[in-house]
Amino acid sequence: MSQVLDTPPPTKPTAPAATESPAELAARYGLGVSGARPSLPQYVRQLWARRHFITAFATAKLTAQYSQAKLGQLWQVVNPLLNAAVYYLIFGVLMGTSRGVPDYVPFLVTGVFVWTFTQSSIMAGTRAVSGSLGLVRALHFPRASLPVSYCLQQLQQLLFSMVALAVILLCFGVPVAASWLLIVPALALQFMFNAGVAMVMARVGAKTPDIAQLMPFVLRTWMYTAGVMFSIDHVLAGRDVPSWARLLLEYNPAAVYIDLVRFALIDSFQGSQLPDHVWAVALGWALLAGIGGFIYFWKAEETYGRG
Amino acid sequence: MADTITRPDLDPADGARGAAPAERVPTVIADRVDIVYRVNGTGAGRGSATAALNRILRRKKSEKAAGVRRVHAVRNVSFTAYRGEAIGLIGTNGSGKSTLLKAVAGLLPVENGHIYTDGQPSLLGVNAALMNDLTGERNVHLGGLAMGMTREQVRARYQEIVDFSGINEKGDFITLPMRTYSSGMAARLRFSIAAAKDHDVLLIDEALATGDRSFQKRSEDRIRELRKQAGTVFLVSHNNKSIRDTCERVLWLERGELRLDGPTEDVMKEYEKFTNGKK
Repeated sequence: MSQVLDTPPPTKPTAPAATESPAELAARYGLGVSGARPSLPQYVRQLWARRHFITAFATAKLTAQYSQAKLGQLWQVVNPLLNAAVYYLIFGVLMGTSRGVPDYVPFLVTGVFVWTFTQSSIMAGTRAVSGSLGLVRALHFPRASLPVSYCLQQLQQLLFSMVALAVILLCFGVPVAASWLLIVPALALQFMFNAGVAMVMARVGAKTPDIAQLMPFVLRTWMYTAGVMFSIDHVLAGRDVPSWARLLLEYNPAAVYIDLVRFALIDSFQGSQLPDHVWAVALGWALLAGIGGFIYFWKAEETYGRG
Repeated sequence: MADTITRPDLDPADGARGAAPAERVPTVIADRVDIVYRVNGTGAGRGSATAALNRILRRKKSEKAAGVRRVHAVRNVSFTAYRGEAIGLIGTNGSGKSTLLKAVAGLLPVENGHIYTDGQPSLLGVNAALMNDLTGERNVHLGGLAMGMTREQVRARYQEIVDFSGINEKGDFITLPMRTYSSGMAARLRFSIAAAKDHDVLLIDEALATGDRSFQKRSEDRIRELRKQAGTVFLVSHNNKSIRDTCERVLWLERGELRLDGPTEDVMKEYEKFTNGKK
């Protein structure tokens, strides 16, 4: 109590017994510091206890999205279909990128949908805390609920896209196969990866909201290198590319997940087009981003919500 | 933040607080708490782009030069709240009441000092978790979950919440999106959801002012009920009557400083003198 610049505040006797400091009094009655960061295991437990909130929040966001539209929830499927149509028009018809890739439309649409999942998860994650300050400042819950919930919303969105995708695949004569089931582990790993990156971006975005302005450019660059519209395998074939660039292109996490889903869904997309140890790489990215992102986010838990 | 008004600092709480029996159990202890907001982009007037660049480059060195305004919302506030107390927080607009409440809830970090609490105090309010595009029914579920209730608890309380809000008195409105509600109806539903949970330390921010007269009466009853269950209740309000009705102790904040802390009647008298004198 040594401020002299401001009007001196009235000194209050905080406890009846003047000999005991507030901290000692608090310790005697077992009071904890308000808003302190919980330990990591505690945090995981708190997050788990909020799982129903996380899912309810994600579903609520998703349904609220189209609640004013006349077609309502039908947009969940129409939206990705239109998206795919635009990409097909530009890259398939106008630019003719399809040369050399069999089943180009299914190839392209799968890439777009799977990429959109990562892109919008990261974008939503960037704004997860900074865009929900009202919620963060009003209620108590492990803040990681927010980025996870936003990613879950994107996952639900993706499931609608997958319905649209199935329709497109069948229209273009891609046969139904048992390998379609492989999208379940592939998307699960991708979800874990997305959630991890989203948590990293949520912390960064909470501290520096400007990042949200920058992210679209970063993500677009990432998209053009992730083989959404072209086959990395074809582009690299027979060219003299430095090995580090090759590794970078092939083990780009977005490219890995996209190609895994293509491999699962499209019969003409061969296993030989996948890089070596692709499942291990997919799992590695998921664990690295998921666990790393979670710990990184937790480290700043008590600071979220500061103005 | 000009300290133009000089005033004799009163320190009347000695008598009131000194007489308190020593064995009372504290639930919230605030120890010389300072809370500072930092606001970006208020800029040094012109050239705010350079100011922004400055801010990025020299984050630690000089916040002032970089156009970050520091708003010192709460200054050096100390108090101890005990189990079973209902404490009113009063003060003119912008005096830091809500900020202090949020800090007690652990939602705003303190700049200096410490706040110790028994368990997790909770703010009464779920407004931020609710979505206008969803039906009242789904909002009840969402709000309950957001406050940390389990699915079963929400389900068990659902009918109670709807009945309390009185939303369905004029027809089946609970299945309509909340954006179709009148502002009064929405406020009633929000309060009903928020009040559905039991709390150890309950913090209420101007919640009593919502709804029509009959609903206000019901809310006051509910607050009293909550108070019985809760260890300690803090109430921020500009309604002097509801402060007098609900609280036996009052903290008066002015410009972020604790001006008075004592029994309701004593503090309210001083406060009313202050607010009336201002005109």
